[in-house]
Amino acid sequence: MAELLKKDEMKPGAIGEGGTMANLYTGSWRTYRPVLDMEKCIHCLRCWILCPDSAVEISEGKRQETNLQHCKGCGICAAECPVGAIEMKLESEFMREEQ
Amino acid sequence: MATTSLKKLSEREDLLSGGHAACPGCGGTVILRQVLLAAQQDDYHVVASIATGCMEVVTTIYPNSAWRVPLVHNAFENSAATISGAEAAYRSLKRQGKYEGKVAFFAFGGDGGTYDIGLQSLSGALERGHNFTYVCYDNEAYMNTGIQRSGATPKGANTTTAPAGKVEPGKRECKKDLTAIVIAHNIPYCAQASPHQPRDLMKKAQKATVTEGPCFINVLSPCPRGWRFPPDQTIQIAQLAADTCVWPLYEIENGKLTINYKPREKKPVTEWLKSQGRFKHLFQPKNQYLVEEIQQDVDARWRRLLAREAADSEEPE
Repeated sequence: MAELLKKDEMKPGAIGEGGTMANLYTGSWRTYRPVLDMEKCIHCLRCWILCPDSAVEISEGKRQETNLQHCKGCGICAAECPVGAIEMKLESEFMREEQ
Repeated sequence: MATTSLKKLSEREDLLSGGHAACPGCGGTVILRQVLLAAQQDDYHVVASIATGCMEVVTTIYPNSAWRVPLVHNAFENSAATISGAEAAYRSLKRQGKYEGKVAFFAFGGDGGTYDIGLQSLSGALERGHNFTYVCYDNEAYMNTGIQRSGATPKGANTTTAPAGKVEPGKRECKKDLTAIVIAHNIPYCAQASPHQPRDLMKKAQKATVTEGPCFINVLSPCPRGWRFPPDQTIQIAQLAADTCVWPLYEIENGKLTINYKPREKKPVTEWLKSQGRFKHLFQPKNQYLVEEIQQDVDARWRRLLAREAADSEEPE
């Protein structure tokens, strides 16, 4: 992954390297977290192509877990899943579990 | 090989990274991802410019960028002019034998930067015949500055500068038919698309990439914040736009129009209006006449499209 550039390392106005926003954390925006039932998933990849946050990870044509660093919990994946394999669960429930 | 197979495309690197600041459920970033994935095909490399607007603001927060392709942002009105210059420089380098690679030039702009502020630079670039593709993500208002009306805002929509209230019913004027304006430039390829049909949109982006000369793709970009709907419905709303014929999917290749999606049952426009908070006031009795007008506008445009398609198919090749 590209290193985050510091402001004093760059010429004004130009950003030397692409894709550095991948290092940022937008997971804290989430109110709901997508939870995938891997047994139901048919790997149609519709959630991947419709994700606004590039948060659905695919490896060798197979759906992997959602990237929770980037996922903002919009719920498009759950709404568009043709087999209902994704459920949106309140993020606060996970917080309670983790505590 | 050019492909729209999701499985094959998923093996490629996403050209727009996550971590950008677009609102949850944004239609614009879905469009960018699909277009970039599809365009970086064969041995083409994408070089892009972007007009000021939502996508520019959320993907290029200094000192970071979400783009994994070279991107220029210049100003609000000159996305098309900027890419024209890049494309002219590329042709010069090629002529001098200093560069061998294949480049697909893409200009992006929102409806503000395309329908309104960037219209003259778009028109100029189309007329000069540069080899590039302009992709407009049309979210039907100036969203990132706070939902001000634009030339793309449809009739009856509530915006902060054409608010619905006791006297005014929201925007009174019709949406500008930009695709028709672009068609009038007689460019080789022009299309309307929507992110709910990724393969259709990606096919169009690929066609535009390999077509010599200027191409234009106008893509509807549902905006949960500005259109007032829950963020998980972005794709369903786009589908509804196609099903009600509010946003027909069609393409014009060398002057020949083809409609890419004809709903089996054309839904009434009220279903589209009811799905979004920006049209809520239209269901008050005093605004009923506007709903009827909107339905008539949509029907008339759909009839004209069908008639043109039929006429074009009869023309000799």
